[in-house]
Amino acid sequence: MALTREQMAQRVARELEDGFYVNLGIGIPTLVANYVPKGIDVMLQSENGLLGMGRFPTEEELDADMINAGKQTVTARPGAAIFSSAESFAMIRGGHVDLTVLGAFEVDQEGNIASWMVPGKLIKGMGGAMDLVAGAENIICTMTHASKHGESKLLEKCTLPLTGAGCINRVLTDLAYLEIKDGAFVLKERAPGVSVEEIIEKTAGKLVIPDHVPEMTFVEE
Amino acid sequence: MAGFDKRVASYAEAMEGIEDGMTVLAGGFGLCGIPENLIAEIKRRGVKNLTVASNNCGVDGFGLGVLLEDRQISRIFASYVGENALFEQQMLNDEIEVILTPQGTLAEKMRAGGAGIPAFYTATGYGTPIGEGKEVREFNGRHYILEEALVGDFAIVKGWKADRYGNVVYRHTAQNFNPLAATAGKITVVEVEEIVEPGELEPSQIHTPGIYVDRIIQGTFEKRIEKRTVHG
Repeated sequence: MALTREQMAQRVARELEDGFYVNLGIGIPTLVANYVPKGIDVMLQSENGLLGMGRFPTEEELDADMINAGKQTVTARPGAAIFSSAESFAMIRGGHVDLTVLGAFEVDQEGNIASWMVPGKLIKGMGGAMDLVAGAENIICTMTHASKHGESKLLEKCTLPLTGAGCINRVLTDLAYLEIKDGAFVLKERAPGVSVEEIIEKTAGKLVIPDHVPEMTFVEE
Repeated sequence: MAGFDKRVASYAEAMEGIEDGMTVLAGGFGLCGIPENLIAEIKRRGVKNLTVASNNCGVDGFGLGVLLEDRQISRIFASYVGENALFEQQMLNDEIEVILTPQGTLAEKMRAGGAGIPAFYTATGYGTPIGEGKEVREFNGRHYILEEALVGDFAIVKGWKADRYGNVVYRHTAQNFNPLAATAGKITVVEVEEIVEPGELEPSQIHTPGIYVDRIIQGTFEKRIEKRTVHG
C-alpha cells in the first residue's frame, strides 16, 4: 500500500533530531509538525520571518499580524524570534537551518529539483523555494513517486525548469525512502506492502537496490 | 527640531511627488503588514507605468491588487503572484511585465539597495531559469549568480509605532519586507498605527532608525486576513 499523506509526514518526522531548526514547506511537509517524536524539541522556521512557529491560534488569539509563510494565521511558541525577510533568508542562505522539507514535481538522479513551474501553465512564482534549496545542506523532498498516469517523477534528468541544481540528497515518496548519491537513487526503505519490483517499475532514473530493503513500519497513534 | 519632524498631515502630502514611471518598493507579505492607505493614495492619484517591487501583488480588490484595476503597474518584481485573478489576466495579456524573483533574493536586493551595495552573488537560482543571462562566478567550488540591488523612487512601508523622528517598530510578522524597503527608497514613507512621543520607543529596540525615513503618517488599517486558520 502506498503511504498516506499522514504516513509520509510521520516517516519524515523520524529524521528530526533534538535541537534542529527546521523549515517545512506547504502541503505534506507542513504535516510533519504533527509528528515530532516525543522527547525531542525542534524549532520551526517560517521564511516570512518567524523562528519558533507555534500552533494555530484560538479565536481569541487570532491576529492579522501573525502569519506563517503559507499566509495562515499562527502563534509564536515560547522562545520564538521574529525578524525581517532579509534576516530570515540570511539564516536560510547561510546554511543555519538544519533540515528543510519541501515538495517537488520532479527530482533527478543528480539531485536536481523542479518544483515551481510547468511551462504552458500559469506561473505563480517560486516564493522562497529557490533560496531554501540553495541554502540547505540537508533537504528531504516529499512527493508522489509517479503521476496519476503512472509516469515516474524520479528521473534521469528533470524535464521541467529547475528550482535548484544538485541540491537534493533525500526523497520520500508514497512508495519509498531513497537517498541520492553518486548519480543514482539508492533505495533505503519501501512502504508497507510495496514490492521492490513496483518501485523499479516506477523509477525512471538510475536506481541502486541494496540486498536488503526494509519495509517501513507505522504504529497507530 | 523641525528638520527632524517627519510627520505629515495627510496621505496626499505623504505621497507628494510620485509620478508616472517611478519605481516603488513596498513592504508586506501577502496581506500582512502592507501599507494599505499609501497604496490607496497611489490609486487615488492615478499615476501610471509604475515599477513595483513587493513580495506579492495583493489580492483582487485589496493591497497592491487595487493598482491593477486602472493598470497603474507596468512591471513588478515579486516572488509569488498567485491569489489574484486580475493579475493573472494582465500577465497573460502581456499588460504587466513580471520579473519573478526568489524571495530571499528580493529581500537582499532591497537590503543591498539601501546599504549602498550595487550587486551581490548568491547561489539561489544558479542552474535555473532565474540564473539565465546572469554573470556566474565560482567561489570555493560553488557557483553563484550576480544579482543587482533595487532602489526605489519611493518606498512605502507599514509600521506599528513610530516617533516624529521617524524611528519605527513593527508588530509581529508584519515586519517582513518593511524594514528592507524602508532603507532603499529615495523617499521613504512610513504609515503607522500610532505616533508616540520621542523617548517612548526603546532605542535598542528600534527596527528602522529614523535616518532612513522621510515621512511619517498615522493611519487606520483594515488588516485583512488572507487565510484564517484557528486551533481546534
